[in-house]
Amino acid sequence: MSADSSPSKETVNPAVDGSELIRFDKVTKRFGGNTVLDSLDFTVSSGKHVTLIGPSGSGKTTILRLLMTLIKPDEGTIKVGGEYLTHEDRGGSLVPAGEKHVREVRKHIGMVFQQFNLFPNMKVMRNITEAPMHVLGLSRDEAEERARELLDLVDLTEHADKYPTQLSGGQQQRVAIARALAMRPQVLLLDEVTSALDPELVAGVLDVLRDIAHSTDITMLCVTHEMNFARDISDDVLMFDAGRVIESGSPEKIFSEPDHERTRQFLSAVL
Amino acid sequence: MSEISWGLWKLLLNGIWITVQLTVYSAALAAVVAFAIGLARTHRLWIVRFVSGAYFEIFRGTSALILMFWIFFVLPIGFGWQLVPMWAAVLALGLSYGAYGSEIVRGAVKAVAPAQREAGIALSFSPAQQLRKIILPQAWPGMVPPFNNLLIEMLKGSALVSIMGVGDITFGASLVRNATGQSAPVYTIILVMYFVLAFVLTRGMRVVERHAKAGVGQAPQKREGLRARMNGGQVNDFARSGATPGGGAAQ
Amino acid sequence: MKWDWNAVSDFMPMFWHGLLVTLEALALGAVLAFVLGLVWAMMQRSEHAAVRWPVMAVTEFVRNTPLLVQLFFLFYVLPEWGLTLSALTTGVIGLGLHYSTYTAEVYRAGIDGVPVGQWEAATALSLPRARTWFAVILPQAIRRVVPALGNYVVAMLKDTPMIFVIGVLEMLGEARQYSAQTFHTVEPITIVGIAFIVISYPASLLLRVLERRLVR
Repeated sequence: MSADSSPSKETVNPAVDGSELIRFDKVTKRFGGNTVLDSLDFTVSSGKHVTLIGPSGSGKTTILRLLMTLIKPDEGTIKVGGEYLTHEDRGGSLVPAGEKHVREVRKHIGMVFQQFNLFPNMKVMRNITEAPMHVLGLSRDEAEERARELLDLVDLTEHADKYPTQLSGGQQQRVAIARALAMRPQVLLLDEVTSALDPELVAGVLDVLRDIAHSTDITMLCVTHEMNFARDISDDVLMFDAGRVIESGSPEKIFSEPDHERTRQFLSAVL
Repeated sequence: MSEISWGLWKLLLNGIWITVQLTVYSAALAAVVAFAIGLARTHRLWIVRFVSGAYFEIFRGTSALILMFWIFFVLPIGFGWQLVPMWAAVLALGLSYGAYGSEIVRGAVKAVAPAQREAGIALSFSPAQQLRKIILPQAWPGMVPPFNNLLIEMLKGSALVSIMGVGDITFGASLVRNATGQSAPVYTIILVMYFVLAFVLTRGMRVVERHAKAGVGQAPQKREGLRARMNGGQVNDFARSGATPGGGAAQ
Repeated sequence: MKWDWNAVSDFMPMFWHGLLVTLEALALGAVLAFVLGLVWAMMQRSEHAAVRWPVMAVTEFVRNTPLLVQLFFLFYVLPEWGLTLSALTTGVIGLGLHYSTYTAEVYRAGIDGVPVGQWEAATALSLPRARTWFAVILPQAIRRVVPALGNYVVAMLKDTPMIFVIGVLEMLGEARQYSAQTFHTVEPITIVGIAFIVISYPASLLLRVLERRLVR
């Protein structure tokens, strides 16, 4: 389960064996007095594309932020690739993980943000090579070669020497996707990646993601309001409400014949 | 600290009294200068703006200590005006810190919505009435926090008078140091004294701010401690008075 | 008014020397203030309260007490502790330390102005902490605070005459020495006063231009 650090021709290279890659075990998260996630259990198998849907405030984004260690759970544990994410097993008892451990496990996870969060002081190329060079220890040449492959994938080859502010929102988001993939993560977290885009720019970003979903075996965890996209790429759809998974299943099932009344209400409101 | 006898303590306590007097008188003079120059810099006649602008640039451009030397030594020799040291010190502090204050006044007045002035014109108020009844009451709350910073700077600047032989805290400390031959205790003590004075001034200005805000129907922000006045980029007002006051360095 | 042009020309060599010392103290003091201020600002962002609190307390104390007294403290107390430094070095340390508490606030505002998403992206990429600070956060933060830092350099310039009290022969020190030797006071003090205006006025004009350029 170690990150692949030798450059290969493929863009992403996760271990694909259908085994359990992510496990949430009784995870509770509160903000103030507000319980956003309530003793949540769920698992994601390696190589699966999972979409989280549900009304806003239902805790979907919180799951991604927990996985990215941007926030810490109040209760419960999260495992990624069999390793505890925010805890360490010390002599049989679980203790909060040290920075080093978190860093190690986190390397397997990449994230694309709603607001892109590209580094405005770096050109596109350096945005992508920064982490591979300074985290994975790649040489500049290796990192730039990897970046060029990815820029080709997201169709931005000719923009490598521009600053993010010189690009459209859609282009910036595609750079952000390339930047996340450059770390060869096993899991890619997509947090409402098209919500901040002008409508005409959404398609380009979704096409790139579709491409990645269909041509690679990277595990994807996706929060989106683009139901067609969700239907298109997902293996599983999880319906969230009030911090719990109320229903899950294949996109065909969830979108066509959901069991739950709340799911029906939600879908009729957004579709 | 047993070396510091009661007599020496009295020197320091007298010093506090002188420092407080200096700060109060200088603040009064600086306030007059700040409003006079600050309002003049928003005047409609260019010559008024020019003269007041020149005052601002000159007194802000020079060093308070140099100005003090000039008033203490050049005025008596060059012009034959000999001032009591205390008043020479107040003059130097008031004139230079007043220049910084004028920028606070000017900025706050300019920040009042133009529509307010127009409303004053529509009501046939004279320019002086507009200023007194409409502009200043609205500009005042915005001036208080930067004035607080300036007041602290002035308190700190008042230590300069010790160089001129005025018996403030710092002057008292040098006497005590000479008498006891020990530096660390006495300078630590007076640094704490200055810090406490700064704290008291800040508390007082907080009350003024609350009243000012209540006067225009704003709820006072809850802020705590000495540190709070530094928040919101206000710490920059003093040194940044060349630019717009109140505007943080990095929004 | 007795103005003696001979005294002016007589004083000029000492003035130029004093100017050089003033600028030297200013340059070194500014570098110290920039570096120390950055250290304070970063320490105030530490996740350990044991780091944050002492730094906050010390910077708050230093900022709210007079530079003049701090100079006396350094000048008289450091030798008592066995640390003997030249007057100029002591002056530079005093200026740099005092102004570092102001630049710390400037940096802090700049750092707070960097969107939280930048920190999150750095975390998501597992960038090491040092790399996050020096490659991502600070380049964005400092750009916007350059004019504010510059304004503190101008403010520091106007405080440099204070170091004459500990025996540094900068402009004011030279003027005092000249007065003591020749009993001419009007000319040297006036010249030094004008020198400050001549230096600081263009400097602040320049900073206003810079402000318009850099702070969008």
